[in-house]
Amino acid sequence: MEPILKIDNLKVSFMTSNGEVQAVRGVSFSVEKGEILGIVGESGSGKSVTSMSILHLLADTARIKEGSSIRFDEEELIGAPGKRMREIRGEKISMIFQDPMSSLNPLIPVGKQVAEMLREHHPDISKEEAKKAVLELFEKVRIPEPEKRFKCYPHEFSGGMRQRVMIAMALANKPELLIADEPTTALDVTIQDQILRQLRELEKEYGTSIIFITHDLGVVAELCDRVIVMYGGLIMEEAPIEEIFEHPSHPYTMGLLNSIPDMEQDKSVRLKPIPGSPPDMTNPPAGCPFAPRCPYARKLCGAELPEFIEVGEGHSSRCFLLYPDAPADENNPFRSEV
Amino acid sequence: MIRYFAKRLGIMLVALFLIMLLTFCIMHAVPGGPFTSDRNMSEEVEAALNAKYHLDRPLPEQFFEYVSGVLRGDLGPSYKYPGKEVNDFVENGFPVSARLGFVTIVFVLLAAIPMGILAAVKNGKWQDMLLMAVATIGVTIPSFVIASVLIYVFSFKLNVLPTYGLDTWKGYILPVVALGGYSISYMARLMRSSLLEVMGQDYIRTARAKGLSEIKVILKHAMRNALIPVVTVLGPTIANLLTGSFVIEKIFAIPGLGGYFVTSVSQRDYTTIMGVTIFYASFLMAMILLVDVFYCLIDPRIKYE
Repeated sequence: MEPILKIDNLKVSFMTSNGEVQAVRGVSFSVEKGEILGIVGESGSGKSVTSMSILHLLADTARIKEGSSIRFDEEELIGAPGKRMREIRGEKISMIFQDPMSSLNPLIPVGKQVAEMLREHHPDISKEEAKKAVLELFEKVRIPEPEKRFKCYPHEFSGGMRQRVMIAMALANKPELLIADEPTTALDVTIQDQILRQLRELEKEYGTSIIFITHDLGVVAELCDRVIVMYGGLIMEEAPIEEIFEHPSHPYTMGLLNSIPDMEQDKSVRLKPIPGSPPDMTNPPAGCPFAPRCPYARKLCGAELPEFIEVGEGHSSRCFLLYPDAPADENNPFRSEV
Repeated sequence: MIRYFAKRLGIMLVALFLIMLLTFCIMHAVPGGPFTSDRNMSEEVEAALNAKYHLDRPLPEQFFEYVSGVLRGDLGPSYKYPGKEVNDFVENGFPVSARLGFVTIVFVLLAAIPMGILAAVKNGKWQDMLLMAVATIGVTIPSFVIASVLIYVFSFKLNVLPTYGLDTWKGYILPVVALGGYSISYMARLMRSSLLEVMGQDYIRTARAKGLSEIKVILKHAMRNALIPVVTVLGPTIANLLTGSFVIEKIFAIPGLGGYFVTSVSQRDYTTIMGVTIFYASFLMAMILLVDVFYCLIDPRIKYE
């Protein structure tokens, strides 16, 4: 089956006064129909920029480099005219953003903001029909007393409720692809859990594919079918969900897993944060971007960028230590145990 | 809400009283009086005049006499124009100033808001640079200089527009441009920066992600938010323009409120100074109150307690 979205060699830079910031440096992945794909990475890894480029929502200073390709339903989106993009936005691909507090217009009642999504793409829907549809959506995302809430303004809602409004809005036109950019980061853990459950139910009901962007591997474990780990504008590892937790095949992924607290963990064992900070993307390193922070780094790692190689079924990684000719010494986490 | 505005009204009255007191004190601190600088006037005549208008009495007594007059709606007689009441000045002068002011406000809004929007949409491009350069000139050059240049060019050189009076619609053009120049520049800059700020907000990205066209994004989602700071300055600006710019009215010989005020100050026409000040102050405060009411209508987050 053809994937719903296929991104090939995406390169995005920002032109700033300090020079060119290479936020995304050649990212390729695809999303299958009905699949939930997680994109994990810390701030500045390029995960949000990747998602924003799909709908052309990047800032004016951003440049998508030649040779990049984003194909949605076999249609090339890079270079697509503005009119076509507006038809796709909200109708075929919709987005949920990180901060529900600021993502809704403070001066417009929430019901109207959701109805606008419907009527923009289906102008023949009457106001009453749109309202009815919005009330149904509110019910679906479990907003209590939808009729009463319809006329409320965003400031009268809690963060979780606003995010439900955003989800209702995003699903209004039953899109084929939903991009959720850290939708639960700004919310309480209990609310986070409800929102995740809701997304999963809605995915089942509508068959919508979802790209779920987060920095939280725990959230990925609960929701996603497959996961991509990004670092320094590159994909470091890509694997089915069980694989990433059972056989992490990149030192960065292992670092991320080690920094998740475990309930059963011995209290005397401290969490292991990854030392150092992400690379400066105005001047990206020639080698593996993670090399300066990697406990297993060799000389070669700082000089050359490893290829993205397959290590298992649907599982690929970008690390020299996985190469067949890599030294199997005690400082190679992938060989020493064999 | 009603309680809030009642309280505001009370505060306004207190402020008005303080303004009267302060103006009265400053006015009397300035040397000379309404009858000192005139032609050689014998001391007996001056004393008689002072006595007639109770100017020989202690200042506190004069003040309270004046305030009680104001409370009855009587702004007192003019000391300089015998037989004229200050109320007449306000009644005759204000409509003229207000008419000019109203035309100016309409002109300012019609020019400044589109200018600001255009500059914001073309941020950093030549249209933006040009508009903002013009706006900077407008803010920095005083209105009387603009007025003089306009008169020189359009009245003396080209001879197409009258230099004074408001008898025909042509007469309005130069005073309106000179009077509105500053406000246009100021508001266009404000509109631009406010719209630029709003356009960077998350909810604008949401609106774009919905598939709205850029025009709809600006008109339906950005404008109302961006207008809030503009409305803030609109109150004082309207009060300022409606009550007349003293300088512009003087230059174009427009018989508005401003003209009376300027002459009254140089002539120590105490009652006229007080009268016009009180009128201007009340009008300004009323406008600010009106703006606050207007806020409620634009922004549902604002609730007055």
